Amino acid sequence: MTQVPTIPAFRFGTHYDSLTVAEITTTGGGYIVARVGLVNPGLIRRDLRQVADCFERLQQIPVQRMLDICAEAAKHFMEAELPVSAELKQTPDDYVRALSATCGLPHALIRANMIKIADVLSNMPVILKGLTRGLDPDVIETGVGRQDEVLVSYYPSTTHLGAVLPSNSPGVNSLWLPALALRVPVVLKPGREDPWTPWRIINALIAAGCPAEAFGFYPADHDGAGVILSECTRVIMFGDAGTVARYAHNPRVTVHGPGYSKVLIGADRIDHWPEYVDVLADSVARNGGRSCVNASTIVVPRHGAELAEAVARKLAEIVPKSLNAPDAQLAGFANARVPEAIDRKIDMALDQPGAVDISARQRGSARIATLKGQSYLQPTIVFCQDPEHPLARTEFLFPYAAVVEKPQEAMLDWIGPSLVVTAITDDTAFRRQLLRCPHIQRLNLGPIPTGQVRWDQPHEGNLFEFLYARRAIQELQTCG
Amino acid sequence: MSLEDALNEHLREIIDWHFSPETGADFWLDWAKKQDWDVRREIKTFDDLKRFPHFEDNWLRFEAPERWIPKPYKGRPYNVFETGGTTGMPKQRIGWDDYKRDYESFGDTLDDAEFPRGQNWLMMGPTGPRRLRLAIEHLANYRGGSCYFLDLDPRWVKKLIAKGDFGQAQAYMEHVIDQATIILRHRRIAALFTTPKLLEALSEKISISDAGIKGVFCGGTEMNPQTVRFLVEEVLEGRVAFKPVYGNTLMGLAHSKPLTPADKFSVSYYAPQPWAVLKVVDPEDPECVVEYDQWGRVELTTLTKEFFMPRFLERDEAIRRRPIAGYPWDGVGEVRPFGASKETIVEGVY
Repeated sequence: MTQVPTIPAFRFGTHYDSLTVAEITTTGGGYIVARVGLVNPGLIRRDLRQVADCFERLQQIPVQRMLDICAEAAKHFMEAELPVSAELKQTPDDYVRALSATCGLPHALIRANMIKIADVLSNMPVILKGLTRGLDPDVIETGVGRQDEVLVSYYPSTTHLGAVLPSNSPGVNSLWLPALALRVPVVLKPGREDPWTPWRIINALIAAGCPAEAFGFYPADHDGAGVILSECTRVIMFGDAGTVARYAHNPRVTVHGPGYSKVLIGADRIDHWPEYVDVLADSVARNGGRSCVNASTIVVPRHGAELAEAVARKLAEIVPKSLNAPDAQLAGFANARVPEAIDRKIDMALDQPGAVDISARQRGSARIATLKGQSYLQPTIVFCQDPEHPLARTEFLFPYAAVVEKPQEAMLDWIGPSLVVTAITDDTAFRRQLLRCPHIQRLNLGPIPTGQVRWDQPHEGNLFEFLYARRAIQELQTCG
Repeated sequence: MSLEDALNEHLREIIDWHFSPETGADFWLDWAKKQDWDVRREIKTFDDLKRFPHFEDNWLRFEAPERWIPKPYKGRPYNVFETGGTTGMPKQRIGWDDYKRDYESFGDTLDDAEFPRGQNWLMMGPTGPRRLRLAIEHLANYRGGSCYFLDLDPRWVKKLIAKGDFGQAQAYMEHVIDQATIILRHRRIAALFTTPKLLEALSEKISISDAGIKGVFCGGTEMNPQTVRFLVEEVLEGRVAFKPVYGNTLMGLAHSKPLTPADKFSVSYYAPQPWAVLKVVDPEDPECVVEYDQWGRVELTTLTKEFFMPRFLERDEAIRRRPIAGYPWDGVGEVRPFGASKETIVEGVY
């Protein structure tokens, strides 16, 4: 695909070519890779008034049929040439190249994310089972049924799911996919640099037989995102800690914010720490260190300095490589000002006593690096002698982690909200404390990388409970 | 006489008027005394206006209105029209008949099928001390109808938006729309003046066409081609005439070129020459106009006996458009707030 596509909006089954067109260039502003039609906010608002009809049509389709469509769509997403504009189609390789060009992600990471998305589509029955705690899909369809002999009733609490998507990792698109299996239309506002992924998923699903009116796809500016946030009855979005706080008490909105994921090593296993260096490095660096499930803090009772040295040494092997290098693991930044700001923030924090950048010595070069016009942040391990240092419990959009020493008995009071915790311990009492800890959303017991997920174990909110509500029900047969 | 000659002749008449001790206003006569050149002798062509500095809007804020009265108007009560004023002192322009002439001239261009004569109007736009308030009523009257109004204070809306109180801003907009829907339900109205945002909000409550509206006269905020297309095709369902305008208290009313498919919903406006002249100038060098089809800053010169305002740099930017039949002078296209491509501008509903 050498022509520049113009990606349209999609209005529940109808392509729409906006007259406001944004040009998406290669990172660093090189050449134009795509043109995207940006819709005006009023158009989204208007379509939301029609979405109930689309919802009704989607609700007529059996759940099993939607699961079959998802499985079929996984193949299309991975293998098929799919429409990208009115005239052009896109092969999987085209998709990888285009996304890499606009987001700075290496091809290898994009392919890994493709597999993740395809896995979600093809494992949708398992995912639904996880989300619904094993509810018979018939109950979703009919609204009533039995679960463990108990009469239960669920009803859709919305007619659609809005999503304001980011550009930094295509895998986040897997979060909205179960809505379709639950027969709820989606209203998507893609990230500026990644219109590609949601659009390819939509086309894969349509090719697999999903009704086109299940999708609203609205490239737009901030005002368009604002309409989705303010008017969709259920929305997922992505943002920083401030955004999370702003919507914390808004039941319509789920914000996927920083994960502050962590690895904890118990006192019983810490003397074996060299065995866990690979798991720790994987937890920090998988997916370019961009996911909320990446570990940003490693908590140990002792050996912190040695462990930090070892992990930093391991991560120093990860360096910027060509975007198409098969072993590239670092992601570049679409906007060069972002890594500069992160780099500056870390350096300013390091001016405070109580923390030292271990990686600076290991890599022998600056944290920020440029390759072929693309800016990167190289892996950084900071050893925080002071657990209250500002770098101890924070996270950044690259492979970064702080190593902190805390006595085991003080760890769980200290960790704070943690999307994923990998706890390496065989201490039964500590495991019990971990299981009781309210700060942890996903708990990996044993040396499991924080980024390794099981599809039947939802975290970061439960999409089924977000889209469906349970009502009390009782039934008395009438005799006729 | 060529267009250029006609404009220059009009300019000389206006310069004579404003800079003659017998007819000029105190402000301009005092200004001229401080110059080391003779305005009436040296301003002969429109290009000569470059001898003047760019008109300063603070003059309209802090000079007493009486200082702008041309001598023949002395003793005749005047209207005070305001623009701006969300924070601080608004700009004030005094006037007598200009707004009537502007809107009569515009009214003569309206199609009777789209804006039927003898039918009533609804003005769903900024009221208060704005020229628009009287002008729309005069237009309705001139076309043989009456005009209904509602209360709308755009300064308050801008303040709400500026401080991030979007909930209250939304509530205020709903309050405005509620007023409009009640009037439309109970009175026969065929023509509507409003802003793009209010038009869209109204259409979320009612079908504007089904409410009996035949034509909408719309202005006040930026309308890019996508917005215009959306308003025409979806908000007005392709069943109501749409007449965009660009106007303000200082200029009057620029007419829009009727849209054709070739325009792709890009609206071009033409000033009511010779009373007002619009140029699109290079923001870095406002002495120069930009090339046709290029973006630049809008410069307005107003040339009436009531008001002389040379080379005022508007807070708008636009594309310089070519002359067209009926308006054989430069136009301005896709007008938007100056700097809109670089930063977010608070426009509110107006």
